[in-house]
Amino acid sequence: MKEIEVNSTTINFGPQHPAAHGVLRLVVELDGEVVERAEPHIGLLHRGTEKLIEYKTYLQAVPYFDRLDYVSPMCQEHAFALATENLLNIEVPERAKYIRVIFAEITRILNHLLNVPAYAADIGAVTPFLWCFEEREKLLEFHEAVSGARFHAAYFRPGGVHQDMPEGMEDRLYKHINTLPKFVDDLEDLLTNNRILRQRSVDIGIISKSEAIEWGCTGPVLRSAGVAWDLRRSQPYDAYDKVNFDVPIGKKGDCFDRYLVRIEEIRQSISIIKQCINQIKPGEIAINDNKITPPKRKQMKKSMESLIHHFKLFTEGYRVPNGETYFAVEAPKGEFGVFLVSDGSSKPYRCKIRAPGFAHLQALDFLSRGHLMADIAAILGSLDIVFGEVDR
Amino acid sequence: MLSDLIKIFSEDKVKEKKFYFEILIDKINLFSSVKKLKDNKKLLFDQLIDITAIDYPTKSSRFEVVYIFLSMVYNKRVILKAYLEEEEEIESITSVFKSANWFERECFDLFGIKFNNHPDLRKILTDYNFEGYPLRKDFPLTGHTEVRYDDLEKKVVYEPVKLAQEYRNFDYLSPWEGISNTLEGDDKAKKNDDEG
Repeated sequence: MKEIEVNSTTINFGPQHPAAHGVLRLVVELDGEVVERAEPHIGLLHRGTEKLIEYKTYLQAVPYFDRLDYVSPMCQEHAFALATENLLNIEVPERAKYIRVIFAEITRILNHLLNVPAYAADIGAVTPFLWCFEEREKLLEFHEAVSGARFHAAYFRPGGVHQDMPEGMEDRLYKHINTLPKFVDDLEDLLTNNRILRQRSVDIGIISKSEAIEWGCTGPVLRSAGVAWDLRRSQPYDAYDKVNFDVPIGKKGDCFDRYLVRIEEIRQSISIIKQCINQIKPGEIAINDNKITPPKRKQMKKSMESLIHHFKLFTEGYRVPNGETYFAVEAPKGEFGVFLVSDGSSKPYRCKIRAPGFAHLQALDFLSRGHLMADIAAILGSLDIVFGEVDR
Repeated sequence: MLSDLIKIFSEDKVKEKKFYFEILIDKINLFSSVKKLKDNKKLLFDQLIDITAIDYPTKSSRFEVVYIFLSMVYNKRVILKAYLEEEEEIESITSVFKSANWFERECFDLFGIKFNNHPDLRKILTDYNFEGYPLRKDFPLTGHTEVRYDDLEKKVVYEPVKLAQEYRNFDYLSPWEGISNTLEGDDKAKKNDDEG
């Protein structure tokens, strides 16, 4: 009998592919339909954010963080604000802490409401996508109400938040948040016991505890592997030590577990927002130091000094004492950290951004080996990759 | 934790900061230090969070390579720092931490730091034929080349950067600060100071 030699095929997945979640170029080596190697080529969305920040004042650097992971803008501002505050050695007022937690959690819900249906769409379900986008729009109105922008909020600033919530928003938010659990139930009715979703995600892309740690996985990916690690719990920042919530973990670490962890995190976020609205009290929303936060409009009309402060803040910016710090928050995708070096001037000397997606995408090769080509779309979707933060 | 770290590294090398420990190490000891951090039962820094560098062009050892580790068991972070001169190379830690692969590639791509024994040290974030190391302080913010789609050639072409307007980098730092109020050879200055 004649021996047949099977050559592996190399194909390009992306950079323009609907399941690539942006601009990922994946060079896949296949043996038949089985993946032998998947090599991501990234950097197609590289904008040099870290370099740009070195030429901007601390306040001007804030909007760049919205544009990293553009699906969860506020959580990233949070990391930068906390790192800067740490260097300035200041603590924000109680109300600002609660507002930040409320909006960080809204952002988490927004992120998961995009990732879950996008993942479902990757493996064949279209309806959840439409449902979730409607729900997202409703939540984005709250973003808009406080910051004026749906996505690029620039709302969390070193020293507090930009503006107080408009009057009556707490009640409106509370009312709206109460409708969400029903929506999550409906979403689960569509997906969790869906035969196609289960067939395409159970036992796909399994990562064990030790492997997840070894590959630098954080957030839902790490938790789905069974590691109960959440920075909101273990290293609480702002008001997270004053609220109760559960940290959902998975058993197997496959795509289905990652989906379930995210669904449960939406429910936990809803509960955190409710607790915050119940606990929040009127008060200041930024520290009362005009060397760091701008004076109020009203003061500027009357006081010369306020005018000078305002002018100096928006031209030179505030100076940050010499030093280095690393601060990480639990962003919806995992540990988002900022390593900030100050040389005493009003611009950061170096700002390294640690994006969770970068480490997750690195593990893609390991996760997809031995699976079918079609499973790559499922694994990629379940890792929650957004190229804004991977490429920076 | 601090005492355990001091036992392994010397006392003057370990600093306790607000959220983490900072350890200064010699680049030759990097590999063994990382292994100790990972395997020591009292430390267990088993997750590598990030690798990055800081460029100080004026210092004798130009680069500070920064390794950020996390110990989930003890809920602590540690930052290792090694100093490198411009042409010096540092040992890769990919054999200890798999995730170091891309972090080191990124560091190589943006700073031009070479990691010895790295399995696959290629550029990662910049363009395929990109030249230079963009995060070095002597690399201009605008870069050296720009791209545009050429209608005649029907392809994207690379050209040297042409700025329609000069890049404006305002120096807002007050020119008056740091200068004393006295004029040179002003005899009255001393007297005035005494009065008011």
